[in-house]
Amino acid sequence: MAEIDTSSSGGGKKKDGKVRAKKMSTRVDFTPMVDLAFLLITFFMLTTTLSKPQSMELNMPEKDVNKEEQQKINDEQAITIMLAKDDKIYYYEGMPPKDGEAPPNIIESSFDPNKGIRQYLLKRNARVLNEIKPLRAKLQSGQINEEQYRKSVAEIKKNDTKGIIVLIKPHKLSKYKNMVDILDEMAICDVPRYAIVDLAPAEQVILDEYAKK
Amino acid sequence: MGKVKVPRKSTNIDMTAMCDVAFLLLTFFILTAKFKPNEPIIVDTPASVADKKLPEDKVITISVDKKGRVFFGVDNIQVRRKILDRVANEKKLTLSAEQRRKFENIASFGVPMNELPKFLTLDFSQHADPNVQKGIPIDTTNKYQRSELTEWIQYSRLAYKEVTGSAPFIAVKADYDVNYPAVQDIINTLQSPRVKINKFNLVTNLEKKPEK
Repeated sequence: MAEIDTSSSGGGKKKDGKVRAKKMSTRVDFTPMVDLAFLLITFFMLTTTLSKPQSMELNMPEKDVNKEEQQKINDEQAITIMLAKDDKIYYYEGMPPKDGEAPPNIIESSFDPNKGIRQYLLKRNARVLNEIKPLRAKLQSGQINEEQYRKSVAEIKKNDTKGIIVLIKPHKLSKYKNMVDILDEMAICDVPRYAIVDLAPAEQVILDEYAKK
Repeated sequence: MGKVKVPRKSTNIDMTAMCDVAFLLLTFFILTAKFKPNEPIIVDTPASVADKKLPEDKVITISVDKKGRVFFGVDNIQVRRKILDRVANEKKLTLSAEQRRKFENIASFGVPMNELPKFLTLDFSQHADPNVQKGIPIDTTNKYQRSELTEWIQYSRLAYKEVTGSAPFIAVKADYDVNYPAVQDIINTLQSPRVKINKFNLVTNLEKKPEK
């Protein structure tokens, strides 16, 4: 290790009547300084939150919407997805049956990306996806930028009045993770309209029954 | 025996360049540093493909941990001061300057309002104790027909409007493993007629979006 030359005391000596400055090394040892600097770097690196957490925006339907508004959903548009215990999904097509109507044909599904609910949603939502496809190609080839892409996709979803409407109904034994996962599926499948709603009493009974198995 | 003489070389290395780099990095980290708030609970957020960043400031965070305890936090110190004034006023709590100062430094807390003065006398190291913070009550059984969480949200929104001039963002940070009803209670609170927030953010981890 280098040392700072401290052996010489005083700047010069008188000799022959001349003042002669003693040559001192101008080199300073930086090692402790580097040590200190890295120590501080480590400290700041560990305490810094470099990346802000991601977040998912959620728009809930207003609670006090009048019934007429809700009745506008067509029977063939509606898909009800029920989230149950142990990451299971049950879904059925059409509107929730009213009192006295026959129970719907409930199909079991899963979060499996290859054979689960995603494939079904992709199939049902094919029309919207086909409209989005050329836009995505344009985005990848650089013809439009991210913002234009988002805007156009939002426009397509808004205009799609005949497309699917998904009702998400989590059971009380499902996990929060399931809810986020199903919202993810909505994003992945570009489902234009979806909402999180409470289970109907009849559905509640059915899911309770399934949970006991 | 003939000795092989290794020529003596100076072991001195010029540290100047290294020092330059070190300080450059140091400057970068100091300038970009934003300290992690001291969170009393561990929340493992679920992964999601949502790639939107949480807003930088003006965020009210409602956290739910694995056991379903609810914690509340606001990110602005001035707002915290205003909220505490309000709560102390409403609930007739007497708080010393020391307790108020402590509250301003707490990023997130989960105690019922009547336990607040006692909680604020505790040391920061005791906050992580699960018996100390039981979570904010979200039931509406008290005589005002509104939960304490509702009150906290109402006061913070008012305080944010006074301090920053605009409404804050609401972030719900729940543990992936918590049962859905715990989250549903929060959502119901947010949507209740007194609060009426239909738009909020769920804090998630980033996960890669699958190719179609």
